[in-house]
Amino acid sequence: MKVLIHSSFERTRRRRAIWDRAMVYVLSLCAIGVLFILFNILTHLFIQGITSLNPEFFTNLPKPVGEKGGGMANAIAGTFTLLGLAVCLGVPIGLGAGIYLSEYADLKFAHAVRFMSDVMNGIPSIVYGIFAYTVCVLPMKSFSALSGGFALGIMMIPMITRTSEQFVRMVPVQLREAGLALGVPKWRVIVDIVVPAALGGIMTGIMVTLARVAGETAPLLFTAFGNRYWQHSLAQPIAALPLQVFTYAISPFDDWHRQAWAGAIVLILMVFMINGWAQFYVVRHSRWLSGK
Amino acid sequence: MLREKITELKHLLIQDAGLVEDMISRSMRGLLEKNADMLYQVVKNQEPRVNAFDRSIDELCVETIARYEPVARDLRLVIMIIKMNKDLERIADHAVNVSESGLYLIANPFLGSYEDLRIMGENTVAMMKDSINAFVNEDIAMAQLVCDRDDIVDEAGDKILKDLTVLMKGKKDVIPRALALMRIAHNLERIADLSTNIAEEVIYIVEGLDIKHHSGDSPQITP
Amino acid sequence: MDLTGSIKVKNLNFYYGDNHMLKNISMTVEPHQIVAMIGPSGCGKSTLIRIFNRMNDLIPSTRVEGEVLVDGVNIYDKEIDVVGLRRRVGMVFQKSTPFPKSIYENIAYGLKIVGIKDHRILNETVEKSLKRAALWEEVKDHLNKSAMSLSGGQQQRLCIARAIAVDPEIILMDEPCSALDPIATARIEELMGNLKDEYTIVIVTHNMQQAARVSDKTAFLMHGQIIEFTKTTDFFTKPSSKITEDYITGRFG
Repeated sequence: MKVLIHSSFERTRRRRAIWDRAMVYVLSLCAIGVLFILFNILTHLFIQGITSLNPEFFTNLPKPVGEKGGGMANAIAGTFTLLGLAVCLGVPIGLGAGIYLSEYADLKFAHAVRFMSDVMNGIPSIVYGIFAYTVCVLPMKSFSALSGGFALGIMMIPMITRTSEQFVRMVPVQLREAGLALGVPKWRVIVDIVVPAALGGIMTGIMVTLARVAGETAPLLFTAFGNRYWQHSLAQPIAALPLQVFTYAISPFDDWHRQAWAGAIVLILMVFMINGWAQFYVVRHSRWLSGK
Repeated sequence: MLREKITELKHLLIQDAGLVEDMISRSMRGLLEKNADMLYQVVKNQEPRVNAFDRSIDELCVETIARYEPVARDLRLVIMIIKMNKDLERIADHAVNVSESGLYLIANPFLGSYEDLRIMGENTVAMMKDSINAFVNEDIAMAQLVCDRDDIVDEAGDKILKDLTVLMKGKKDVIPRALALMRIAHNLERIADLSTNIAEEVIYIVEGLDIKHHSGDSPQITP
Repeated sequence: MDLTGSIKVKNLNFYYGDNHMLKNISMTVEPHQIVAMIGPSGCGKSTLIRIFNRMNDLIPSTRVEGEVLVDGVNIYDKEIDVVGLRRRVGMVFQKSTPFPKSIYENIAYGLKIVGIKDHRILNETVEKSLKRAALWEEVKDHLNKSAMSLSGGQQQRLCIARAIAVDPEIILMDEPCSALDPIATARIEELMGNLKDEYTIVIVTHNMQQAARVSDKTAFLMHGQIIEFTKTTDFFTKPSSKITEDYITGRFG
């Protein structure tokens, strides 16, 4: 009897082991697939664009059609400017709203706002562009950096609201209570204790959002508009990398195609850099916090 | 906390022991020096004080066990203090017996010099003193010595008994006094026994070893 | 020396929605005593301790009836400044709650909040509080390290230091050792004994032996009522209530 049970046990054991092994292979194949696609995109980018990626590319303005060389210096600066403007608008409002939802709003209201944010995140980005066009460009009677920044900024708001609410809410209740029990007014508990405790998460949320809007082209089409030269004020049209890439990519010239590829590489590197820089501080801060 | 309670317990027990020791020596001196006041003091003043100690030590032990859950050496100490406390209380009762018999004896002419009794008393007091010193210093060697000395007191007691038996033969009028003397000798013997108990308890505290009734294979009682 | 830090509860009732959480509680905590509150889970002991610094205000739809006098003043009076009350009645929680700041800043924070900026005073208070909480020797060389880098027991002592830095009269402790190992627990208990000469301490604990070890008086709560509140020694050697006796001897709960 005992032997019987044992042998059947042995059979099922073998079957389980085979399934177990099979599942591991399937899942690791998926992971390899992800890496493969990413790797392909990047190599393709580099192969196509690397020849145009020279110092001139970073320092020169675009050359007229037909002339060789030229760069995207103004577009690189423009993207930085636009992102800066977007952060100035999107981060304070998004973070503030996130904190409000987590700390003060009653559940129904928070739920409603959360739902709205999700809907807003699903809106095609060109709609933001049109919106910015109607509320900014039309009254100002000009395309401008400001309206571009505005478009990107309002795109950021719902995303930052969602992530910061989530991370602020994750701060343990006891930490808030400890602050209050010390005789600290609620708003100072939030500013001094809760937000610093959630800082890592909040920063990560901002970075992800920033990376997303950095590559947006559609909202900039009728706001920032693009500019072949250096712009002299925020009220003027401004160049931006995605715009430039878009324009060059749909042109019929091989040289411009190569420059478009290079622009894409730079855009990716920029996002990568900003992220790396922020991660450096976040990681350093959290290392310090945990005492390692 | 536990340390403080144990220190307090030890202090109380040592004070109690000092008092009890004083009671024995006073009851002996009172008898030998025919000092009735001294004997009255033992009965009237000291005994009630020992009873008061007995109560507070008991209470403190119960409190210590209930509140601080002593274990290992601490537990042995507290449990043994409960026993020593009882031993001391019994010794005090015996000292009172000695004093009461003493009061009778000093009201009558002495039957000899009571030299044997004096020696027996001194030995008993010394044993009692040593057992307490052994406790204070956690000195096993001294405790062992106390146990060994018990035989000396027992022998002295036997000798007194024998002498008195001889004395009583044919002399009716000495019988009450002889009986009082026998009672004293018997009480001193009991005090020596109880001092031995204390010494054994000290050994148990320090080593966790029960040396009582260690002769032969005593039957184990299991519930 | 004038003794402040008394708590007097008179006919207190506390409701959470329709639940009658605390029923007709009356008790007096003398200054500079350690009072322990024990009872089965959900008996209301944590709710009661949070009454003393109005921590329950944070929970919506709660209602308090009756009086709670801290040094003779009813803290549920409408005019009471809750923030000010909480400076006088400090609290240490079950889970240690170091702020995401340095060790130094954790202690100094309570003072900075009330506008003390003088570095000399801050330094002195930080040192004094850490010494009082028996943590100074362990942290004096790295006050600028994150408070979260400390061990659990150290964090809890830091929280005690933080509470005493603002010089309260009463310290409430809500199961302060339940996440600590026996050695860290022993250190906290020893610390409580030392703090008693300056502060009144009310401690909630689910560890009966801890209540027995540290407190002067013990309260036993069940179903939101005080079953027995008496000297700790009497409580654990001759409780007057049969329910108390059954509880502490482990016959239920």
